Amino acid sequence: MGIIKKYTTHLGAEFLHFILNVGRMGIYLFTCLFNVIKPPYKITPVVRQLYFIGARSMVVIVVTGLFTGMVVALLGYHNLQKFGSVDLLGSAVGLGLIQELGPVLAALMVIGRAGSSICAELGIMRHSEQIDALECMGIDPYRFLLVPKYVATIISLPILTCIFIVVGVFGGYLVAVVLHGISEGSYFMGMYDSVKWFDIRLGLTKSLLFGLIIVWISTYKGYFLHLNRSGSFGAEGVSRVTTDAVVLSSIAILVGDYLVGTIML
Amino acid sequence: MKKTNFEMTVGIFLIIGLLSFSYLAIKMGGVGFFEADSYRVKARFNSISGLKEGASIEIAGVKVGKVVKIDFDTDEYEAVVQLKINNGIKLQEDSIASIRTSGIIGDKYIKLTPGGAEEYLESGDEIEETESAISLEELVSKYIFEKEE
Repeated sequence: MGIIKKYTTHLGAEFLHFILNVGRMGIYLFTCLFNVIKPPYKITPVVRQLYFIGARSMVVIVVTGLFTGMVVALLGYHNLQKFGSVDLLGSAVGLGLIQELGPVLAALMVIGRAGSSICAELGIMRHSEQIDALECMGIDPYRFLLVPKYVATIISLPILTCIFIVVGVFGGYLVAVVLHGISEGSYFMGMYDSVKWFDIRLGLTKSLLFGLIIVWISTYKGYFLHLNRSGSFGAEGVSRVTTDAVVLSSIAILVGDYLVGTIML
Repeated sequence: MKKTNFEMTVGIFLIIGLLSFSYLAIKMGGVGFFEADSYRVKARFNSISGLKEGASIEIAGVKVGKVVKIDFDTDEYEAVVQLKINNGIKLQEDSIASIRTSGIIGDKYIKLTPGGAEEYLESGDEIEETESAISLEELVSKYIFEKEE
């Protein structure tokens, strides 16, 4: 009897904690978004974050985009050859990159590169009481720390996605046209004919949403380090919330990807 | 020096991003900011099954415009298709508009065959001679039906 009571209590406590967390995340998101749209707007901190989140991620995005495009073209060629419809390769590469691979892989790379560091930075600031110090000085930490990160991530991710797609298309060109000798016209014209403005809009909608998800989860986990219930505060806590942020935002992106797909298609 | 470097990087990032976006939008999405001047003519079809708005219009296999609107005439029970033709392409009054399919399972498009008349169509005019979409199923069923008789 005692054991049953103990587990029921535990289950209830976990559930209540889960609801509390969801509520806190929701309130946090709306506070941040409200602060983003509230004037005055400061440009310099946003540019600084844009440099870190966007510009510094460019190399990673270009390399992953190139190889993604190449591997899609390689596999596509290999498989389409069996049906004698290699002409479709251009549209397969274009549609695949624009609708799915571009937004998702760019978002995953940004999580790994920028999301984790945003989370760790905020976690350490919280741990070393710098955020409390800001509050004592009458500086709103939301406006000072979080708003530039929100704006910069939401701007950078669609841009990085576009770069990823274009580099991927030319990576595919290298494999399909240069390596396997498909005619250049059938690669590019097939792609231009089959890709519609709707597909590009779908990809960009996804990447805007992913930008919001990444910055939301990463900053939330770091900013509320002290409210994390399980375990220690400090170095170990920072490492744990960073892992949480990366795992949770990666999962959220893949789930969100499916949801956007079902809503828009 | 340090500061210029950082601003330069952000600048490069934004410019490359914008270039990529415009490549996607203009080349692939077909969003033309400087669309060629055009005029519109109408054509009536008994059946357009499968023709979509945005489908291309070809003369001798060259794209010369696109379908902008498809309406249904409730009196005549016919489809009224608005064609947008690039300026500089003159169509004779007795041109023939026919709906064709590219390949066996490809998209439907409108093929224009030039006529021999002296007069040219102007904006808002109607192409009189049309050929409806050929339905493979109808052809097959007709064949089967004739056999039975």
